[in-house]
Amino acid sequence: MLSVETYQTMAEAAGAMTDRSRFLGGGTLVMRAVNYGDQSFDRIIRSRQIENSIRSESGGIRIGAGATMADILASREVSFLHQVARLIGGPAIRNMATVGGNLFAPHPYGDLATALLALDARVVMTNGQAEPMESFLAGRSHARNLVTAVIVPNVSETEFRFAKISRVKPKGVALLSVAAWLRRGDVRLAWGGMGPTPLRSKAAERALSSGGQLDEAGIAPALAICTQDLQPADDALATAWYRREVAPVHLKRLLLNGGRL
Amino acid sequence: MSSVEFRKDLFANERDDTLKEIGKPTIRQDILGHVTGRTPFYDDHLFDGLLHMRAVRSPHHHAQIRSIDTSAAERMPGVRRVATAKDVPHNLNTLLSLIGFGRDDEPLCAHDKVRYLGEAVAWVIADTERQARDACAAVRVDYSVLPHVLDPEEALQPNAPVVNEVYPNNTFDYHNTYDHQKLRFGDVNAAFARADHVIEAEYQMSPIEQAPIETCGAIAAPETNDRYVCHTNTQALFFSLGTTAKLLDIASSRLHFIGGTVGGGFGGKVDSVVEPTAVLGAMLTGRPVKFAWDRYEEMQVGAPRGAERWRLKDGLTRDGKIIARELTGFFDSGAYMRLSPYAIIKGTGHVPGPYFIPNVASNVFCCITNRTPATAMRGFGITAVDFAIECQMDRGAEAVGMNPIEFRILNAYRDGDMKAHRRKAKNTALIECCQVAAGKANWPISAEAAAQSSLTGGGTPERVAIPETVIDSEGRIGERRAGRTSSTSPAKNGTGRVPAGTHGVAVSGAPVQNPDMQIDAERIGHRMGAEPVSAPPVAAAPGVPVRPAAAPSYQAPQPTPPIAAPSGPATPSYAQPAPPTSAPAQAPTPAPAQPASYAPQPASPPTPPAAQPAPYAPAQPFSRGVKRPGSSPFTSGIRRR
Amino acid sequence: MAKTPITFTLNDSEVALFADHGAALIDVLRRGVGDLTPKQGCAQGTCGACTVLIDGKPHLSCLTLAETVEGRRIDTVGGLANGRDLDVLQTTFMEGFAAQCGFCTAGMLLAAKSLLERVPNPDRAEVIEAISGNLCRCTGYEPIVDAILLAAAKMQGRAV
Repeated sequence: MLSVETYQTMAEAAGAMTDRSRFLGGGTLVMRAVNYGDQSFDRIIRSRQIENSIRSESGGIRIGAGATMADILASREVSFLHQVARLIGGPAIRNMATVGGNLFAPHPYGDLATALLALDARVVMTNGQAEPMESFLAGRSHARNLVTAVIVPNVSETEFRFAKISRVKPKGVALLSVAAWLRRGDVRLAWGGMGPTPLRSKAAERALSSGGQLDEAGIAPALAICTQDLQPADDALATAWYRREVAPVHLKRLLLNGGRL
Repeated sequence: MSSVEFRKDLFANERDDTLKEIGKPTIRQDILGHVTGRTPFYDDHLFDGLLHMRAVRSPHHHAQIRSIDTSAAERMPGVRRVATAKDVPHNLNTLLSLIGFGRDDEPLCAHDKVRYLGEAVAWVIADTERQARDACAAVRVDYSVLPHVLDPEEALQPNAPVVNEVYPNNTFDYHNTYDHQKLRFGDVNAAFARADHVIEAEYQMSPIEQAPIETCGAIAAPETNDRYVCHTNTQALFFSLGTTAKLLDIASSRLHFIGGTVGGGFGGKVDSVVEPTAVLGAMLTGRPVKFAWDRYEEMQVGAPRGAERWRLKDGLTRDGKIIARELTGFFDSGAYMRLSPYAIIKGTGHVPGPYFIPNVASNVFCCITNRTPATAMRGFGITAVDFAIECQMDRGAEAVGMNPIEFRILNAYRDGDMKAHRRKAKNTALIECCQVAAGKANWPISAEAAAQSSLTGGGTPERVAIPETVIDSEGRIGERRAGRTSSTSPAKNGTGRVPAGTHGVAVSGAPVQNPDMQIDAERIGHRMGAEPVSAPPVAAAPGVPVRPAAAPSYQAPQPTPPIAAPSGPATPSYAQPAPPTSAPAQAPTPAPAQPASYAPQPASPPTPPAAQPAPYAPAQPFSRGVKRPGSSPFTSGIRRR
Repeated sequence: MAKTPITFTLNDSEVALFADHGAALIDVLRRGVGDLTPKQGCAQGTCGACTVLIDGKPHLSCLTLAETVEGRRIDTVGGLANGRDLDVLQTTFMEGFAAQCGFCTAGMLLAAKSLLERVPNPDRAEVIEAISGNLCRCTGYEPIVDAILLAAAKMQGRAV
């Protein structure tokens, strides 16, 4: 028996969450599970009030968890995220899928979460606490609180690059994705589809951060070790072997071709 | 309409181009419904009190069922009925029993064992789909997992698990004699010995899911006249009706099947599983019942085009002629036969492809594995072998150093040539297809190749002769499993010879499965039988049914299934439109001693057009909508409560 | 079974009904209201056959919890034509053979309509992007793209 409970605020909704409940964001994952008779939950929790604005703050740009991919594409504040949002789903999915939902999206989904990991985003919970993206992702299957917003730094479009590797275009699930935040001396590399959650390849980050040009010779050490910290697995989309084989190829294209494949 | 180009220059004298509708583009009669959303698919019929039926499915490829406990499911909210195998009145069938071919091997619901992942072991009928899903999750089945086999050749090994006890060798029994279908024409081994090139290669194809946007489904309901109505999206309404009648042991006359509106089929909606299930649900509950596959079931349980593996061996002379082709094929029929045994025969009739090859041998196996049962898809039985043949043709062209299109034109069959299954080729057009394709692709071919024609050069004494044929008796039923035969290719050494000129044996049509579906022609004044050949060459009056004439066939006791390829809606054989009764205009009388080569023809061949003609444009613009008196764009049958 | 009252506008008509808890919008539209034009192809948001417009923007009705449309405006293909007068898109689809089985057509039309309302003069890439969430297994997409481009041209008076 499936029940739907609607609360006035996110805080109340968070208080109602249990092991047998799921919070409804855009519905793209929850309703899919409902339609297929997922037996792991029987309560859908909704909140009437949900933060969906995108605005600059002192610490960066605050994106409400209820903002959709379409909202991101419509906001000039986060133009550096347009290259990510435009690759998620088709037009209808982009009108529905929320930032908050993408943080919890299981493999093979979660392209935005991969990008946010590379951007060192902070995840704001209903209790007001902010958590770094990396530790949030590591503990997300045990998360009791709800996400109200994420805070990303304000980066230029040239500093941030993203590639989604999928067989079917324009709309198709990624077999892997890679996001790169390229600040001189401080590089972040995050991968989707290469583990149970988006993961950073820290060895490759160190190699890229230690000076050196972004040219073929300069990035070669990073390419050689880029899958070292990752945990690709076999699934219906690709084998772990394939993912390890092509990851450095796609990373190279991302770094050398200005993000264009 | 920008993409249709009519090549009216080709075979022009075989056509009547003064017809008003045929040969001209026209607007689809159903497209008004499509664009207004009013086309009535099976699910667009609303029934008060509709119940939802879902299946409990095996998570194992191969397992014994020790017990099924439905007690918890029966108590759950909204559940009206839980059904299992014992609720199916006649729980064993095979699709081809409709035409008397094969043995009943498949239950509608598994009872003692499951043979593929996703096979149904029980059903729940509930008020809502969600309740049915919840209750299915509460059915407890105790399985004893068995070893499984998922490759057709592995299934032929002596120690392979027996998937289906009805066919204990994991192959279909052809003609009660062999574990495969043979084709023999001439002597391939003698030809290989004198060939300049021998090319061997292996080809294979994975199962391919038809994936229509609309999944398989049916809604059945009791009608007040002691019948059951069934709205279904089957491509094969009469198949489904007959199959339902047999499985549920109900007179065909008590079934009222409504369909023909298919949201994509491509062969995937012919297996008639959802209709008997839905009608059973209506019988058990006395209520309207919907049984449909969700997308996961359509992918996993819905029958795909089966996996195939082919080994081809060609013998070529250095001038590019293929003088021998040997084929070994393995169809993965999955856990049950369904239509696959027929596909093998269709494929066998197809080899060696549209080419004149004077020595042909093929062995084709219909194998049983623990995969999802396979079915038709777009070119049933011939797609994989054509893929193999055409790749092989490219290898052959490379071996002899020829342009691959010219190589095909050289070896193409022509009207009058004898085909490997002992029928003469007619209405051939490979040569013209090659020429047009080469032109479109700007692929250069020689003037000689461009001048060839399907209408000339064929049917010469050399090309129409049925050669003396080497036969063998390898692969009798049971030998393989007993370890006495391991080779699957046609035997290297024959054990007998059939004299030259021996035709195949004519077979008669098969009786219909359900006597109450037999046409009682005299009682209803329905004309049947072929029109006399001397009738003038006009289209026969509409509605004149023709039973296809019995034709010589290479296979002796087994009746040839007279059904058309199931990629379109199947119709009973009596409703075939009358074939054109005019003699073909080309009637080639070849000059004597005409070698099958590019000797210049005395008659001027049809010259390919120098410039591409403009794409066909209709004389008048299309009218908007279907103009029938009184038709409303909103007419669509039963639409509202 | 617990039910929730919902009211919304459907193709310019007011609708008020009770939906089962957890029901998706597509079920409410098809069986609750009787608008059979959105089609169920996958129930998981991959095929787009269930596309409807909510406040003018494409959404997947199979993934929309019905009660979330309270007070909103929904458009389906049922409202595309004006009585007997077909929308330009419907006409170009018909004349351009942009439908064979017809199961994807409702979703395609709404995706196209939404595009042309925002981008009256799209190029081919924009049309492809707009229908990228709608799968078709019959036509190969080209006739659909052509029909949408032709409709745009007609609406702008660049073609008749």
